[in-house]
Order: sequence, then C-alpha cells, then structure tokens
Amino acid sequence: MLSPLHLSHFAAALTFAIFASVVFGITQRDTPKDMVRYGLYCFSLFIGGVIVAGWAMWLIKH
Amino acid sequence: MSSTGKNVETALERQKTPAAENAPASPTMAVVAPAIGWLIPGLGHIIQGKWVRGLLLMVSVVCMFVLGLKMEGKIYAFNTGDLLDMLGFIGDLGSGALYIVSRALDQGSGAIFRATADYGTKFMIVAGLLNVIAAVDAHHIALGKKR
Repeated sequence: MLSPLHLSHFAAALTFAIFASVVFGITQRDTPKDMVRYGLYCFSLFIGGVIVAGWAMWLIKH
Repeated sequence: MSSTGKNVETALERQKTPAAENAPASPTMAVVAPAIGWLIPGLGHIIQGKWVRGLLLMVSVVCMFVLGLKMEGKIYAFNTGDLLDMLGFIGDLGSGALYIVSRALDQGSGAIFRATADYGTKFMIVAGLLNVIAAVDAHHIALGKKR
C-alpha cells in the first residue's frame, strides 16, 4: 500500500498543469521549439484559469 | 562537376525534403508503436528513437497515475451501471499496464473521504487519457505524419 499524500488544492492544480502541459506540448506540435512554447502556453493557461476561478469563487462568496 | 558528385548532391537534397523526413518507419510499427505505447506509457516513442519525448511522456503519465493513487483516488472497475462510472473506467484503462497492475494489487479501491482523494481519482483518469493521446502521437510518427 502506498503512503497517502495530501496535497493542497493549489499544489494539486500545479502538479496537474505541469504534467498535462508536458504531454500536450510533445503531442500537439512538431518541432522541439514549438513543443516547449506550446507547453508553456498550456501551463500558463492552466495556472491562469486556476487563479481566475479562485478569485471568481472568492467574489461570489463575498 | 562529375556525375558522381551530382548524384551525391541530389541524394542529399532528397534526404532534406519533408517527404523523406516523414517517411514511415514500417507498417508494422504503425500498429506496434501505439499498442506498446498504450501498455507502457512513452515506450511507443522510445522504440522509434524518440528517447527524450518518450521519457518525458513516461514520467508525466506514470507520475500522474502514482500521485493519483497516493492521493487515495479511486480506480474504476469494469461496470455497466452508472454512465459516469463507465467513463471513469474507460479513462483509467488508458493507462495500460499501470491500470492492470494497480487493479491486480487491489489499489485504489478505498472509499473517498477527502476532496484531494477526488482529485486523485481525476489524476488517474486524466493520466489514462493523456496516455491515449501519446499512443496516437506514436502512431502518427510511425505513419510519417509527424517527425
């Protein structure tokens, strides 16, 4: 049995964004340079989306 | 210029053309690469000589799946009940050997008590779906549609 891991919500979203961006970058572009650029673009969208959604939820609550 | 020199030059130019760069490895590879890439994440790229891409895909998919397990996520078994459970099973199955081994070791069968455990469930489903994308990419490389 693996020892349990309790990540915070943001850490989980960050980890998810890193791995998903790597796969998207490699599979959706042809050249290494484009892969890195697209991976970084996806990562920034993931994290940007998390921050925007977080602030939206804060505004709804208040 | 001699005729031999011209021939060498023409051959070199032919090698530089996109069609030659994208030439399919073999028809067998177009079937084997995605199959083996599904079973072991990243291996479909590695057997075609794309070491860096293959290792990065392997690390990404395996880490996501293992993190999902460590976050006490649920692994879906084959079922014909709830539609969402069936979709969860299809997503998990995309991880190939990771799914088979985890099920054999009876991992991911506990009840979910925390929000992060639910994230773990989603991590494993997404790892499977990303692995399917990687397997399709390996197929495209073998066909010569992608370098």
